[in-house]
Amino acid sequence: MSRLAIPKTYKLYIGGKFPRSESGRTYEVVSSKGAFLANAAKASRKDARDAVVAARAAVAGWSGATGYNRGQVLYRIAELLEGRRAQFVEEISATEGVTAAVASAQVDAAIDLWVWYAGWADKYVQVAGNGNPVSGPYFNLSTPEPTGVVAIIAPQTGASLLGLASVVAPAVIVVANESAPLSAISLSEVLATSDVPGGVINILTGSPAEIAPWLASHADVNGLDLAGAEQLEWIDLQIAAADTLKRVLTPVSGIPGASLDRITAFTETKTVWHTKSLI
Amino acid sequence: MSFLEYAAAPESTAILNLRPSYGLFINGEFVDGNGKPFTTISPATEKGIAEIANADSHDVDLAVAAARRAYDRTWSRISGADRGKYLFRIARLVQERARELAVAESLDNGKPIKESRDVDIPLVAAWFFYYAGWADKLDYAGMGASPRSLGVAAQVIPWNFPLLMLAWKIAPALAAGNTVVLKPAETTPLTALLFAEILQQAELPAGVVNIITGAGDTGQALVNHPDVNKVAFTGSTEVGRAIARSVAGTGKKVTLELGGKAANIVFDDAPIDQAIEGVVNGIFFNQGHVCCAGSRLLVQENIHEEVVERLKQRLSTLRMGDPLDKNTDIGAINSKAQLDRIRELTDIGEAEGGDRWTADCVIPENGFWFAPTIFDNMSPSSRLARDEVFGPVLSVLTFRTPAEAIAKANNTPFGLSAGIWSDKGSKVLAVADQLKAGVIWANTFNRFDPASPFGGYKESGYGREGGRHGLAAYLQSATDSGQAVATTRVAIKKEASK
Repeated sequence: MSRLAIPKTYKLYIGGKFPRSESGRTYEVVSSKGAFLANAAKASRKDARDAVVAARAAVAGWSGATGYNRGQVLYRIAELLEGRRAQFVEEISATEGVTAAVASAQVDAAIDLWVWYAGWADKYVQVAGNGNPVSGPYFNLSTPEPTGVVAIIAPQTGASLLGLASVVAPAVIVVANESAPLSAISLSEVLATSDVPGGVINILTGSPAEIAPWLASHADVNGLDLAGAEQLEWIDLQIAAADTLKRVLTPVSGIPGASLDRITAFTETKTVWHTKSLI
Repeated sequence: MSFLEYAAAPESTAILNLRPSYGLFINGEFVDGNGKPFTTISPATEKGIAEIANADSHDVDLAVAAARRAYDRTWSRISGADRGKYLFRIARLVQERARELAVAESLDNGKPIKESRDVDIPLVAAWFFYYAGWADKLDYAGMGASPRSLGVAAQVIPWNFPLLMLAWKIAPALAAGNTVVLKPAETTPLTALLFAEILQQAELPAGVVNIITGAGDTGQALVNHPDVNKVAFTGSTEVGRAIARSVAGTGKKVTLELGGKAANIVFDDAPIDQAIEGVVNGIFFNQGHVCCAGSRLLVQENIHEEVVERLKQRLSTLRMGDPLDKNTDIGAINSKAQLDRIRELTDIGEAEGGDRWTADCVIPENGFWFAPTIFDNMSPSSRLARDEVFGPVLSVLTFRTPAEAIAKANNTPFGLSAGIWSDKGSKVLAVADQLKAGVIWANTFNRFDPASPFGGYKESGYGREGGRHGLAAYLQSATDSGQAVATTRVAIKKEASK
C-alpha cells in the first residue's frame, strides 16, 4: 500500500513569517487539467498594508548591508533553489501543465537569473555612478542608492518561478502569479532559510486586481513595478502612483529579461559635493 | 554714515535692444499668438518691459508640429558631430551676449545683477558647451551602443532661473537628438525670447527649438499634446503630480524637478565662518527662490545661540534694492503672487510660535520686496518648517546627536538637497550616506555644474539633469521595448473606448 501524502498549506510571506490572510480568505489553485491542488491564501488590503510595514522596517538594514554581503545572500538563494529543484519542477509541472523537461528548464533559468543579479549587488553602483569633473575645487561623486519600498506585480502568464526571479531581485512586496502561485510560496520558504532578512521580500498571493490599487496608492511605497500588470487596469495604477510621485515601471510582455535597467529603475542618484582646501 | 550707504552703481540697460512686443518663436520665426497678449513687468519697479504673445492650444499644435517636422526631416538625420557644432555655436553666442542677457534677466526676474552676471549666464554657456561635446559621443553615455533619441520634448520651466533652466532643458535634449517645444514661465519670458534670437544667429535649423509663451494652461496643453514623446518639468510638486497623472499610460518619458525643503546641518565642529556664509548663501541666494534652498537650518544645540547671533549680524550687512545695482545682495521677489505666499506662510510661522527676526532693510516704494527673515526655535511639525516657502525665510531647528540631525533632515516628503557643515570628513561622509536627498553639499552650498547630476528623491521628483545622467533623460537604449508596450496598450484602450 502506498504512503498517504502530506499536502502543504500555502500561506503568505510577510516580514519573514508565514501568516494566513487576516481576512481568512483562500482561493482554489487547480492544475492545468482542473484538479484541486491547494487552497492558497487570498491576501486582503490589510495584508498588503502589513507587507508595506514589514518592507519599510527592513529597508535600513538591507540597504545598509554591503554589496558583497547582499550579493552573497542572493547567491545563497540560488544555492538553496538548486537543492530543491525537484520540488519546484513538480509544482511547476502541476500548475502550469508543462512537461518535466520544460519545468526543469524554467527552474534552471530562474536559478541562473538569481546568480546573475547576485553578481550585480556590488557592481551596479560602479557602473551607474561616476565622479564628476566640476569646474572648481570640489570632490564630486554620483552614486545610485536604493529607492526604498517597491511593490511589484509579478508576471501572470506561465513561467511562474522565472517570472519571480526576474522581478524580485531589487527588494520588496510581490503580488504573485494569481493562477500559479505555488512556486512563489515555495520560493518564500527558500528565502526564509537563505539569510534574506525578514521583510526584505514579502510575497502575497491572491487577486492582483484587488491588491494592486492599494499598493499603488500607498504613501509609504516608493516604487511600483507593473511588470505583470498588462491585463490589469494598469494606467489607473500609474495614476494612483502619481499622488506620491512613485517611480513606475510599465508592463512588459511576458517575462522581463535580465536587465541592469531593472535595478537602476529603482535607485536614486545621489551627488555629494565636498570642498577641497586650497593648499 | 553707515557702511551700508553707498553711491549707486547700476548696470546700464542701454545694452538692451528690446522690442516693444514679442511673438511666439515657432519654426524659426516669431509669429503672433492666438491668445490675449500679456505684459511682462520688472518686479523691482512694476513697470512693463514688453508685450508677450500668449499661445493657445492651436499655437501649441503648430509648435509641436514644427518640432516634429524638424525632428523627422533634419535633426534626427544630421550627424551627432553637427548637432554638437550647433550647440557649441550657441554656447559661444551666449558668452558674446552675456552682459546683455544678464541685464535682461535681472530686469525681468528681479535677481541681483551680480548673480545673473556671475552665476546664471556663465552657467548657461557652460551647460551648452558641456552637452555640445556629448552629441557625437552618445555611445559612451551608459545606455549601450547607439542609444536613440525620443522625438519631440515638451519642456516647461520656472521663473527662478529663467535662462539657466532653459539651458538645463534644451542643451541635453538637442545633444541627444530630440527637438524641443519650451514654455518659459509667464513672469519671466524675456531671456528665452532673446535666446530665440541667438538661435537665429546660430542658424539652428527651423523648428528644432520652439519657444511658446503663456501661462499654466499653455503648459498643460503642451505637456498633454499627444505628439510629444518626452516631458521635462521644473516647478511645484503640485503641478508635478498633475503631470505624472496626465502622462500615465502614454509612454511619454518624464523628468520632474519639483519642490524641496532642504536641511542645512551645522555641527559644532564646523568651520564656523564658512558655515555662516554657506547658510546665508543657502537660503538668501536669489531671494530664496531656489528649489534646493537650505530653508531648514539644523544647528547643533551647543552652538545654536552663537550661530543665530552671527547670522543676524551677517544678514544686517546685506543690501536690498535695485537688482541692476552691482552692490545689491538681495533683489526683488519675482511676483506679487509669490510675495503674497511668502507673507501668508510667515504669518503662519508667527502664529505657530516661531521667534521671528527680520533684517532692518529699507523697502523700496514700488515693486515686490521681502527682507531676509529668520524664524528661530521652530517645531519640526510647524508648517513653516515643512512647506516650501520659496522665499528669503530661514527656519531654525536644533539637534544634539548626528542621528537626531539625520532623522530631522529626512523628516519631509521632499528630498532634493541637503547641506552638511563639519570639519570632520568621516562624519560628513557618514551623514551624507544617510540623507535622503539627491544633491548633498558638504561645507559648501548651492553649487551647480553642468558635469554634476541634479535632481531629487521622493516627492522632489525623478530623473536627473546635468552630467552623464542628464543625457539618459533624453535617450532610450537601442533595445528598450518598454515604451512600445505602453504605446500599444494605450492604442488598444483608445480603440476600445470608441
